[in-house]
Amino acid sequence: MSAIAESPQIQVRRNRMGMWLFFVSEAFLFGGLLISRFFLWGNTRPELPQVVPLAITGTLLLSSFFMNRAETAIANDDRKTFQRSLLITALLGVIFFLGVMIFEWGWTIEPDGTFLLGNHIHPTSGVYGAVLYGMTGMHALHVVSGVVLILIIWNLGRKGKYSADDHWGVEATAIYWHYIDLIWVFFYPALYLIGTAVPAGH
Amino acid sequence: MRFFKTGLVKGILVGLLWWLIGFMLVEAIRVVMGLPPQWNTSLPAGPAVPQDTLKWIVSGGLAAYEPAMVVAAIFFVIGFMLGAGTMSDWLKWTRGVDTPMQHGPKEGQPSWFRYLSVDYSHKIIGVQYGVTAVILLMFAGTLALIFRVELAKPELQLTLFNDNLNWFNTLVSAHGMIMIGSILLGVGAMSNYLVPLMIGANDMAFPRLNAFAYWINVPGALLLVTAIFIGGWNTGWTGYPPLSAQAPIGVQYFFIGVFFLGLSSILGSLNIVVTTLTMRARGMTMFRMPIFVWAAFSTALIQLTATQLIGLSFLMVAMQRILGLGFFNPGFPDITALAPAQLWEGGGNPILFQHLFWFYSHPAVYIFILPGLGIISELLPVFSRKPLFGYKWIALSSLSIALVGFLVWAHHMFVSGMNTYLRVPFMLSTLLVAVPTGVKFFSWLGTLWGGRIELKTPMLFALGAISVFLIGGLTGPPLGTVTTDLQLHDTYYVVGHFHATMFGGFVFPFFAALYYWYPKAIGRQYNERLGVLHFALMTPAFWVMSLGQMLAGTRGMRRRVADYDPAWGIDGVQLAVTIAAFIIALSVAIMVINMIVSARRAPKAAANPWRSRGLEWQVPSPVPELSYATAPIVVGEPYDYGLAGSTYVQFAPPTLAPVHSAGVTGGD
Repeated sequence: MSAIAESPQIQVRRNRMGMWLFFVSEAFLFGGLLISRFFLWGNTRPELPQVVPLAITGTLLLSSFFMNRAETAIANDDRKTFQRSLLITALLGVIFFLGVMIFEWGWTIEPDGTFLLGNHIHPTSGVYGAVLYGMTGMHALHVVSGVVLILIIWNLGRKGKYSADDHWGVEATAIYWHYIDLIWVFFYPALYLIGTAVPAGH
Repeated sequence: MRFFKTGLVKGILVGLLWWLIGFMLVEAIRVVMGLPPQWNTSLPAGPAVPQDTLKWIVSGGLAAYEPAMVVAAIFFVIGFMLGAGTMSDWLKWTRGVDTPMQHGPKEGQPSWFRYLSVDYSHKIIGVQYGVTAVILLMFAGTLALIFRVELAKPELQLTLFNDNLNWFNTLVSAHGMIMIGSILLGVGAMSNYLVPLMIGANDMAFPRLNAFAYWINVPGALLLVTAIFIGGWNTGWTGYPPLSAQAPIGVQYFFIGVFFLGLSSILGSLNIVVTTLTMRARGMTMFRMPIFVWAAFSTALIQLTATQLIGLSFLMVAMQRILGLGFFNPGFPDITALAPAQLWEGGGNPILFQHLFWFYSHPAVYIFILPGLGIISELLPVFSRKPLFGYKWIALSSLSIALVGFLVWAHHMFVSGMNTYLRVPFMLSTLLVAVPTGVKFFSWLGTLWGGRIELKTPMLFALGAISVFLIGGLTGPPLGTVTTDLQLHDTYYVVGHFHATMFGGFVFPFFAALYYWYPKAIGRQYNERLGVLHFALMTPAFWVMSLGQMLAGTRGMRRRVADYDPAWGIDGVQLAVTIAAFIIALSVAIMVINMIVSARRAPKAAANPWRSRGLEWQVPSPVPELSYATAPIVVGEPYDYGLAGSTYVQFAPPTLAPVHSAGVTGGD
């Protein structure tokens, strides 16, 4: 058995490069979705309620602040702020996710126990429904994975894992979270702001 | 029974269990939501007589439970990866358990066990990729033989099993996509085995990710094969909607299988890029890298980015099928004149699929050929004993083919109904690809010119590759030019051209690479006579096959059609193509037998049988567990064959701890 020795600094540099290459790759996925939106919707958009999307967009942007606070805290060995900021970030992420689910997608549970989908717009509502559900769905999937990662590093931090010199896990999660946030900064105007609002015909 | 403890078997067993869980989960949710267990109630839920169950499944009856089948397939992949143990280290990290990087065989297990289980050594993973690629190649080749028999004569109708009209197209589609999977794995084999060895690194930058990227191919390929037997799919490998939105349920397993093969491409290429940029030996600047590393690097850049788009396009069709997201469902007869309000009810556009699909699938052909062209450039100097002609031009031509490849996708869509003003720009960018490719051809000629050529098997295959790729290259411009493409589109001319580029760009160089590095990987020398026989059978057979396909195409033979009119006068050509296909299959069988038998019986190979200057030939064969216990230092040019007194590499005095010298030179 031979172990290939590597200095941690060199490995972290490689990890960082790998992470950014992953983002480049993901940019093509989200870019493809954006292109589909412009291909199919053109300069129109479905008329949808505006307040909730704006509120949850604000929530997501705010969560990036707390994520950054957590990373700065662990870089200064401030464990208490680190742990607390992570929990706030995860909570804001969950609020964003529930906002998409309940208010945008319109999931409700009927008194008889069945689910109902689509208060405002239904997945099968032509290309408006398809693109809206496709884009928010792909983004929400990334938000959920980000929340899971945050909870993992929160748990590891609770066990005393990270330190000022050694917190690559925190850094990776933080840039991933900012990246998801950045994607939404492109998705939100594409879905809710750009183009002439077209009311539902029926 | 050690065999049942291998990662492969454990993965399949756990995967099947997860498949069942996924299926049950969806059905349970449907019941809780008050929906009937059956999704598509117009289809029979199952045959009344249990003996007919198999027939029901094979003819696509499971479409009645399509959402459950889809979720089950995804669960199968997750279960496989968990069961095989590809994620055990990462899962331990999430619990705060550190797992140091271990190399070498597991204690108490024989050496073959490593090849069937998760192993982090890039040399093992490279061999795993290669063996899987050859297995898939033979499987997909066999499918081709079946439908070549159908096409040998008009009016045979052999592939009408069970009166199912889908079989012929299923065979064609499966041949195409499984071959593509095989090629991607073959590219992975060459990149994974060779890149770290060639740049003087002891392993890849992310060994665990490397193993993950290999293993996810296995459930992906299994799903692709399963797709044939649950109803097949009649769309061809391209899977265009609206046909793929209505195809039998096999198309879903095809989508999911390709999705995970694509994930493997993305993760594997990420690893190659980081490895190439940060782990080169001391003194190895970018322009002192072996030419194959340039090719693998350029390939990785395409794989990393473009692959997302095929995943996205297939995902969108899958979502349209099971969730009703109408991306590609027009809903109205004339979608060019829709009022905005109608977008609430329809307005999907199948041409969007073609744009997304070809944005990957055109660069994908450069993924297939660039490593192969790199292999040709790598072998010619060794067997001509001359420096490589125009090293920098070759290196940059790989990169520029990769970049131009992103700008040509719509030349597949000249007849699709896209805006006609897009045709000429895409024609011009397509013809531009001929420039960097031409650079490669002239460099090959310049390298061969006046060389002392040794016609060993790898060299024969490299030369065969040039001849075949020339056929493929010269028949390309008529397809890239709008006027001629309108006539040739979707004919066998395209099939002939495509097979010539794939054989010249991948299959011949891949076989050359297998023969060339066989002594390095195995430590024994293959049988040279059988190698030459393989070449002598395959090359003329391929010329007949490819040119015959093109001839049939110009006479009016269309792709993906099971029969043709005897009046076209192509019976003889079609028969010749079928015979040639069988000769190619025979020659590949000779290679496989040669390699299996030689691995046990052949004499030990010399340390450097080809007198190569490459780094990987300066260490013993087979390569020891730690490839470079002494750090190599690059002091010269890689291809200065025949120049007196030139050295490429020196070995530093032994160091105590084997640390990569990477990072000392460029890259960071």
